[in-house]
Amino acid sequence: MFAQTLETLSPAHKFYWLIGGVAGLLLIASAIGWLLKSKLAKQAVPNEKSQKVLDNLVARVNAWWVMVAVFAVAFLAGKIGAILLFAAISYFALREFMTLTPTRAGDHRALSLAFFLLIPLHYYFIYIEWYALFTILIPVYAFLLMPSISVLAQDTEHFLERAAKIQWGVMICVYCISHAPALLLLEISSFDGQNALLLFYFMLIVQLSDVLQYVFGNLFGKTKVAPIVSPNKTLEGLIGGGFSTILIGAAMWWITPFTPLQSAGMAAIIVTMGFLGGLVMSAIKRSLGAKDWGNMIRGHGGMMDRMDSVSFAAPIFFHLTRYFFTP
Amino acid sequence: MIVSIARLGLIGLVRILVGAQARWVDAAPMETQSIYFTNHTSHLDTLALWVALPAQIRAKTRPVAARDYWGHGAIKRFIALQVLNAVLIEREVSRHSDPLAPLLAALAQGDSLIIFPEGTRRAQAEPNEFKGGLYHLAEAFPQVKLVPVYLDTLHRSMPKGSLLPVPLICTVRFGGAIQFELTEHKKAFLSRAREAVLQLI
Repeated sequence: MFAQTLETLSPAHKFYWLIGGVAGLLLIASAIGWLLKSKLAKQAVPNEKSQKVLDNLVARVNAWWVMVAVFAVAFLAGKIGAILLFAAISYFALREFMTLTPTRAGDHRALSLAFFLLIPLHYYFIYIEWYALFTILIPVYAFLLMPSISVLAQDTEHFLERAAKIQWGVMICVYCISHAPALLLLEISSFDGQNALLLFYFMLIVQLSDVLQYVFGNLFGKTKVAPIVSPNKTLEGLIGGGFSTILIGAAMWWITPFTPLQSAGMAAIIVTMGFLGGLVMSAIKRSLGAKDWGNMIRGHGGMMDRMDSVSFAAPIFFHLTRYFFTP
Repeated sequence: MIVSIARLGLIGLVRILVGAQARWVDAAPMETQSIYFTNHTSHLDTLALWVALPAQIRAKTRPVAARDYWGHGAIKRFIALQVLNAVLIEREVSRHSDPLAPLLAALAQGDSLIIFPEGTRRAQAEPNEFKGGLYHLAEAFPQVKLVPVYLDTLHRSMPKGSLLPVPLICTVRFGGAIQFELTEHKKAFLSRAREAVLQLI
């Protein structure tokens, strides 16, 4: 009965409920952080390790307040707001990626082009809903043109490595991440004018999956899944965080075109892809010799540390939705 | 009013473009009068270092800029003189005037300075040999702190001759001040100063 009431709400009302819900969660998180802090302060022997974990927790929650506020403002600004937000995210993610990537002087023009032409053009195609060009601009045109520009500098030193790394960075930071706002261009059967809610659903599930895996990992984590690639990921975190996210995903069906069961399935796919994205991007980060992508978001690291799961989950979620739920 | 808006705009632009995050390596930001000397690889160097300084220190710190580049054109002049409050110097050394005179005057007023002891830009990570200017300034004002600074990634962001920058995150590393010794030979002092910058790489 309550679920039915939720389903009949207007999209705008659903959005207010969602933002209110997220703010409520953050309030609880902030309160827990504050309680733990005062509890730890009373201890006779200060535990350095728990102090560190707690400081990081508080910093993370504070950063979440800012991120949710930015996200909410962009949403209220409508389609253009969401697209500009993700274009900016791509820009900062690519900046982190290229800072760590050893490029050479000969790549300068190709890189400038990636930042100042590819990102605006790619997001413009999402805005005008030109689906075909949105799908091929980077994997076809940019793939062939960027090395063509680099080759003019006639520097053959590590040429294949450089071209491959630049393409990888652009694929992950621009192409893959942009599949989240691209949800706005889908024409889903009997879901008119509600695509923004689907984008909200996707971001909520991806980020909840990360957060809950972190929480379960910190509380019960014993068995490391990939100690070399990502020492913080544990089996207990993955199972506890993953299953609770899938349950929440099922309960959020009323903001999607899915049934509760389908919604659980989609959440399971988002959790899986997000987990794999976290692993792969962590391996790439380490192979480039860094522990964090940057320090833009306090407590979290860089933009890419927050977007690694998004970059892997977004394209798959986009295409599954497109294949099964659009005419 | 216009100047402060332009200043905020410029700081925002530099942050979006290259980040310009300060890292104080075995040193803390100090409001004492200082000469910040750093490697020179791009037109963004001055801006990155200036933006990385804490606001109170930034207000008292003046970049040193070449008159032949920054003195031409209304916009560049406005940015150099009004927004950055730069000290403009002649790069062409003439017999009649001391090119360091404007810098000595600024130091005498109590201002801090940002200088590039290599003189010109190099498209490489390591700085070249330092020219004598730094020594003469230190000799004239031995009480002023000499702070080595290293700017990374800017040689990749905007090498000489490039039209558009590549946005890469620049970390501005500030080292501990070096001591000026009256007994030390000029050449030894300059190589020690360069070594202090190299230490920050």
